Order: sequence, then structure tokens, then C-alpha cells
Amino acid sequence: MALEPCTKSPTATLPAATATAELPVLRERGQREVFCGLTGIVWLHRKMQDAFFLVVGSRTCAHLVQSAAGVMIFAEPRFGTAILGERDLAGLADANEELERVVEELLVRRPDISTLFLVGSCPSEVIKLDLAKAAEKLNHRHFPKTRVLNYSGSGIETTFTQGEDTCLASMVPVLPEKPPETGETAELLIVGSLADVVEDQFTRLFNKMGIGPVAFFPPRRAANLPRVGKGTKLLVAQPFLSETVRLLMRRGAELLPSPYPFGIEGTTAWLRTAAEAWEIDDAQFEAAIAPSVTRAKLGLDRYRALLSGRKAFLFPDSQLEIPLARFLSRECGMELIEVGTPYIDRKLMDAEIALLPEGTSLSEGQDVEKQLDRCREARPDITVCGLGLANPLEAEGLSTKWSIELVFSPLHGYDQAGDLAELFVRSSERRRRLSV
Amino acid sequence: MELTLWTYEGPPHVGTMRIATAMEGVHYVLHAPQGDTYADLLFTMIERRDHRPPVSYTTFQARDLGGDTAEMVKTSVREAYERFKPQVMLVGESCTAELIQDQPGSLAKSMNLPVPVVSLELPAYSKKENWGASETLYHLVRSLLLSKVPPPGTIRPERDPAIRPKANIIGPTALGFRCRDDIQEVIKLLADIGVDVNVIAPMGATPSDLLRIPDADFNICLYPEIALTACKWLERSFKQPIVKTVPIGVGATRDFITEIGEVAGIDVSSALRRSKAETLGSWNAARISSSATPGASRLPWYSRSVDSTYLTGKRVFIFGDATHAIAAARIATEELGFTLVGIGTYSREFARQVRAVAADHGLEAVISDDYLAVEAAVAEAAPELVLGTQMERHIAKRLGIPCAVISTPIHVQDVPARYSPQMGWEGANVIFDDWVHPLMMGLEEHLIGMFREDFEFAEGHMSHLHTAPHQAEPINAEPVAVGASTAAEPNADAKAMGLAPEASLGTSLGTGAETGVSWTVDGIAELKKIPFFVRGKVKRNTEKFASDRGISSITVDTLYEAKAAIGK
Repeated sequence: MALEPCTKSPTATLPAATATAELPVLRERGQREVFCGLTGIVWLHRKMQDAFFLVVGSRTCAHLVQSAAGVMIFAEPRFGTAILGERDLAGLADANEELERVVEELLVRRPDISTLFLVGSCPSEVIKLDLAKAAEKLNHRHFPKTRVLNYSGSGIETTFTQGEDTCLASMVPVLPEKPPETGETAELLIVGSLADVVEDQFTRLFNKMGIGPVAFFPPRRAANLPRVGKGTKLLVAQPFLSETVRLLMRRGAELLPSPYPFGIEGTTAWLRTAAEAWEIDDAQFEAAIAPSVTRAKLGLDRYRALLSGRKAFLFPDSQLEIPLARFLSRECGMELIEVGTPYIDRKLMDAEIALLPEGTSLSEGQDVEKQLDRCREARPDITVCGLGLANPLEAEGLSTKWSIELVFSPLHGYDQAGDLAELFVRSSERRRRLSV
Repeated sequence: MELTLWTYEGPPHVGTMRIATAMEGVHYVLHAPQGDTYADLLFTMIERRDHRPPVSYTTFQARDLGGDTAEMVKTSVREAYERFKPQVMLVGESCTAELIQDQPGSLAKSMNLPVPVVSLELPAYSKKENWGASETLYHLVRSLLLSKVPPPGTIRPERDPAIRPKANIIGPTALGFRCRDDIQEVIKLLADIGVDVNVIAPMGATPSDLLRIPDADFNICLYPEIALTACKWLERSFKQPIVKTVPIGVGATRDFITEIGEVAGIDVSSALRRSKAETLGSWNAARISSSATPGASRLPWYSRSVDSTYLTGKRVFIFGDATHAIAAARIATEELGFTLVGIGTYSREFARQVRAVAADHGLEAVISDDYLAVEAAVAEAAPELVLGTQMERHIAKRLGIPCAVISTPIHVQDVPARYSPQMGWEGANVIFDDWVHPLMMGLEEHLIGMFREDFEFAEGHMSHLHTAPHQAEPINAEPVAVGASTAAEPNADAKAMGLAPEASLGTSLGTGAETGVSWTVDGIAELKKIPFFVRGKVKRNTEKFASDRGISSITVDTLYEAKAAIGK
């Protein structure tokens, strides 16, 4: 199993983006207070209801996923861990057989699983357990009833949301081929997990504009895979899907580079990207979005006054930091003290970076202690950070917003623009209300 | 390799974090990959701690593996020392770092830091969280005190009778179950019998406090999972006796006081007397207006009060860490009059003790960290109350059985704002309320038993609990005709009545599945009148009864004959 740096840009084959203005980026290496890619399982297992995620890892992996999932479960979960024991570490052949046994046990318990993801972890990768080979072997036995795929969610390879990238990337090779008889007829593929309600909103907007057919990836059921090929146009909804996009392009799809659909501006730019590809005329585009935009403005106005002129500090976590910073700065009038992000993939992020105010302090990677020093020094009005840092910063008198909530909430699109702003207002509004 | 859908314990390094976070002046450098920092949120979110745990992670990534990860350890140790200036450094590794064998402990020791460095090698692929905590406490105490151990054969001088005895309280950690409040309660108990507290560790202690441990006359091993290894070493090295009774429950608290009396050589009879005499004076005006601690629990009188007779023989299933499971078994049976129908623990290190308790009640203990095995055992035992962890709370909810939480793994609800100990007199009060309130109250239960057809008494009606009526959520749907494999004559009538997929409380494990015994329509209708939480049990018992006697079709009479033969 390749142990390649996760910050290597995997998108070298993408066409060069237009805005590559040199922006000073602070690159730090130290303690990184971020989740690993296994965390993606928490939303992916809900998004794809017929999929099961089997982490091949350690007790730490099992503990992480259950802690990130809220420490508890309400039914038998659609994720689990094949915990490596000392015996597995002794010899590789043994570990492969053991994995087959565990999968067998699982599939007997859960005959409803249509897709099983074997998820690599730090220990499975360090001992070079070949999950691709294991998946291939298991497919011989279980496909087509159950398809077995594999991807890496390890902390040494992936950061938090990158787990969704590696998961989706593992599905790309098995997507059905767009039939040759459709030629280069355009089809839109939205890439990245979206809340079901948001998907429905976007579908209505695309229908109104006359853009279609539209498919979403990942699908709500892992068995209903969207097709891909020449003519497929990719509109990326999440800014962390470098590898998935690269593989989709290799299958003939075309990327429509765009800012991401956060806030009114981001959503309009995103939709316009698709509209331009479909050569929808301006009047029709404007007519389609007008009611949503009006409504979104109304929703956002309420919070803009409360955010305008206030200072924001974003710790690196989910890769959403740059698009969010763009929204906070341009649509909410906030001042950006520092925008930290785990890694910057210029190819997928340039359209966003170009929209940041000049001189924005961007940082890539992390040395959490030094970053905390800078944060304390700046005394921002709102700090976006992980759950490990939030309460300690609150205790120091700083308002915080947990970054994980930004991943787990429906925040894309017009009708959520107000909700997105409200998340940043809520902690200061709470402070205002409380007199204890 | 072991399929795990949920774990009761984290990895051993989380145990180390529980010790480090409980203390002051300690810093832990953990050689671990990016992502392992998730553990911080257990402390900042579940316990709502206002400081980050004192842990620095190396957070190596794939690109570092080809390079010098050992250097990363040294950098982290150096920077952590400079920034936090701890009195002691703990250095260890998580599961992945264990594989790359950088030996961070030795590396850190070679750096000649001006403070002690305790190297922790905790095998992550065979051990778990509580063991990790226990080892950490032991190594920390041993490292700091080794040079103070008197030569072998040294006799510990007798305590000057003019000086009050001193005790150490060993065991409370971060993320422990109600540790914060238990400490207060134990301090009160000790004050009541004239014992001074010397050191409480690890919670709230500094390394210099640990150096004072030998000054005490004895050690109270409050949570054996965490403290026993350290206490045993202190006993061997400093001849400090161990008080092993865990004061959870009225009887155990009395035994705790008695044991301290023996160990410390003090007279505790008045405290014991008070714990019995004061029980009845709850409404005494002098007592109500007094701020003095009553030195007694209300549990004994509440339990004797006639309204509690409905608690008699309630079937209870217990699962948790060993300390709390063993304590709960004693309280449930001796102090509340329940019947123990199942007990188990995920603490394999203490399996022997739990098995002994189970054997006393004619049971076989469930020693497992597989919650599905626990769920199967709960279903099989058909209890009326489950005392368990947050996971058993979910199991009980699914099965429609009342539940109270008695043990870690900790959840934000287990860190209540109110004072809520488990130990001592107040702990017994808290336990009485927490365990009894989920149950249906006496008269209400009678009415439901008598008038089951009242439309408001839906299946699984739990009145004041605001719990939705039991949704038939089958663990395993099973045809009424028992023994589907041989069911050549499925009971068509029963099926037509929509009874076919009977939600089976554990009948999937049922006996006689191959016997071909079936139920008549009358029989099944009568079975439905039995409260749902014992129905599975009655069904199984009746089927076994029928099968043993060669009865192929269970009627109303068979049901009652079985009841008479088997008893409640």
C-alpha cells in the first residue's frame, strides 16, 4: 500500500486555473489538531443507506468513530471495526484470512448490505495490509449481492473530510459507463455529499433552468450508482474531493471549476457555472434563481448586521475554511484574522482564493500551540475550531463555533445561507442572552 | 481480528490521558498519527473541561514515515517541556506508533530533561483503557517513590495514638463514573470517623503530592480497576495496608467504615450505630434544620416503607465495570429486594470477582466486551430493570425495559450539574432514586396488570416515563409455530390474526425450536395478556414445558399448567 504524503497535489492533470496570484501562505508543521479521514464514515454511512463501513484498524479507530459519532448509537450501526490483535500483527497471511472471516460474519448478520467498504487505517497501512487485494478476493465470493470496495481513512494519509474523497474515489471505477449512443450529450454530475433536502432544492433549480439530466454522487443508495463518461460535466459541491475529481476526469468527465455553493454569492456562481456549460441564457437563469435569491437575502440580512465588522479566526479542520471565510468576509462583512486549512489544493481552491480579500492571512498545516497563541493575541469575535479546542477557548472568553457542525449541517445553497450565518451568530447571541 | 461495532473501553493511551488530565503538573507526550487528537474532545466535551488535556501529540503523517519520526518525538518533548514546564513528563505511544518502534520513552529519557520522565509502553493491540490508566498510575507512583522505598525488612513505625490516622484516596480519574462527587462523599465518611485525608490521587494531585503518599497510614483503593496495582506496590514497598471495600451502597459503606476501623485501629462503632439509628429520623425537626451531615442514608427506611413492596423480586440485569457491577448486585439484592437474573462485566481483569458474585446467585456471568452478546443475554434473562452502561440503556430502550446507568463508559449525562455521588450515604440515596424511578410504581402496575385491555395501556406502557410504548422491533422475527424449520403445519389461524411475526424477546435463542410445538389461538391470546417484558421468557418456558411432556399444541391450560409448575 502506497504511503504517500496526503498533501501532495493529486490534481496535477487538471487544467491550470486562472487565478493563481501568489498569496502569502504560512506553512506550519507541528501538532495538527484535526480528525483523520475515518470521521467521514459518520456522515457517509447515513448518506448511503445500503452501505456498510468496516474499518480495518485498532481499538483507537473504533473509539474515534464512536466518539465522533456522538459516543453512542441508536440502532445497530452501519459501521464497525475489525480490530487488529497481536496475532494479526505476527503474520500477514493470517490477517487476510481473519479479515475474510470477519467479513463473512458481518454479511451473515447484515444481508441487507449492498456495498461494503473496507476502510484502511493507520495501523493497517503501516503493516501494509493490502485491502485492495482483500476486496478483490471478497468480490469473487460476494459480488453481485454485495460489492466490496476499499479506501483509506487513515490519519497518516487523510485529514478529516479527505475520507469522503478517498471513499468516493474508490467508487469511481465501478460507476456505470455512460452509453456510447448518448455521444457527448451533456449530463450534470454533482460531486460531494449533500443533505437530502439540499439535493432536492438544487434539483428544482436545475429543472427550472432546463439543466439536466442531473445526478448526485454519492447517491442515496450505494447500489444506484450514477453513470459517467464523455459528456459528463462535474460540478463539485465540496471543496475536498481532489482525487475523486481526478478519477472522474480520467473516465471522460469534464470539470466545471467554480466557487462552492456556500452563501448567496457562492451558490449563484456555482449554478451559473452549470448554466454557462448548458448555454442557458441570462434571462432564464436570473428568472430561475430570482425567488431563491430574494428569499436568501431576506434570511441573511437578519444576521449580517450582527456579524459585520467582527473578527473571525478559522482553525484548520474540514477544508471548508476557505469557502466559509469567503462567505464570512464578502457576504457577512467580517474581518478575517487568519484562515487556517489542513492543506491547499490550488486546482480546486483557486476560484475561492481569488475571492478572498487582498492580504488575507492564509495558513496551511498546523502547529496548534503557536496558532492558539496567535488566536489569543488577536482576540477574535468568533473562532472556528474543533471540539477539543472549543470549550477551553470559551473558558478564556472567546466565542467559538465547532467546525464539525459545519460539516454535519445542511448549509449549501440559497435556502441555507441564513442558517450558515446564524451558526456564526449563535455563540455571541448566546453570550448576549446569558447573565450568569 | 475481532469484529467490533461498539467498544466499552478505548485504547490504553486514553487511560493514560485520564490520569494525566486528572492531575496537575503532569504532561503527556504521545507519539501518534494525525487524527489521534480526537481523544481531547472526550475531556473537553463530555466532562466540559475548561482546559485542554495536558497532552502533546507528534501527529506524524505518511510523508514523515520515510523520514525521522524519532526526531519528531524529541521535538515534541522539548517543545512541550519548554511551554508547559511540567513537574513530570509521561511519554508513550498510540497503536500506530507502537508499530514503527521509535521507542519514544527511551528517546525522551536520553534528552536529560530536568524533570522525571516516565516511559509508558502500553501494548495497544492486547490491552485497553482501564488497564492503561492502572499501569500509568502505577508507573508514575513507582517512578516518583522508588528512591524512597525503605530497605527490605524495615518495620513501619506504629502510629502515635495522639495523631489522627491519615489515608490516601487512590483511584479517581478524569472520565470516571461520578468520581468528582464520590471523593466528597468519602471525605465526609472519613471526617466522621476521625481520619484525615493525606493525598487524593490522581484527581487533583500534583507530582509533589504523590511524593507524600508514604506519609499516610493506609491507602483506600477506591476504584480497583485503576488503583489496585498501584496500591499493591505501595503495600509491598511502604507496608501501607489497603482498604479494599468500595463504599457503594449502605451495607458496603458500613463495611468500609468497619474495615478502616480495623486497618487504622480506631473505634468506629458510633458511626456505625448512627448509620442505623438515624435512618428513621428523616422528618425530625431538629434533623431537618441541622446542617450537619446525617451520617446515614434514607435508603434503608425507603426500602422498608410499604410502598416499596412492589420492588420485591423485580428481575434485574446488571452490566458494567467490575467495581460498579459488583456493588450494584449487592445493593439490588440486599438493599432493594430485587432478584438478580443476570450480571456481567467488560472488565476482563476482574472477571473472577464478577463470576463469584454470579455464582452466589446461581448465575453465569457475562464476561464480554461485545455489546451484541450483552444484548442477547439481556433478552434471554427478560429482566424488569437493567442496570448498565449507556450501551445497556440503548439495549433496554430497544427491548422496552426500564434502565439506570451505573458505570462508564462515560456520557455527558453521567456528568450531571447536581451533586450526584454513588458512594457513601448520599450515594445510596442517589442510587435509590435513580434505580427506582424508572420502574412503574406499585398501584399503577397492579391496575395495568388487571385491566390490560384498557386502550390507554398500550404495549409497553410505562406511564410517567414519557417513553413511547414498546414498538415491536423484532430482534429476530419468528413465526408463532415454533421451529420454523419443521413447521409443516404453520398455525394458519394465528397467522391470519396478524400474530405471526411475534417480536421475540430472546426467543431467537429459544429452546425447543426444533420441537415443532405450536400455539393455539386461545393460547397465544392468553400469552399476549402477560406483560411484554416477561412474555418471551414465559413463552420459552411454556414451550419447553410442553415439549418435555410431549404436548404438541399449547392451549390456555398448558400455559397455566406451565406457570404452576415453573413458578414466577
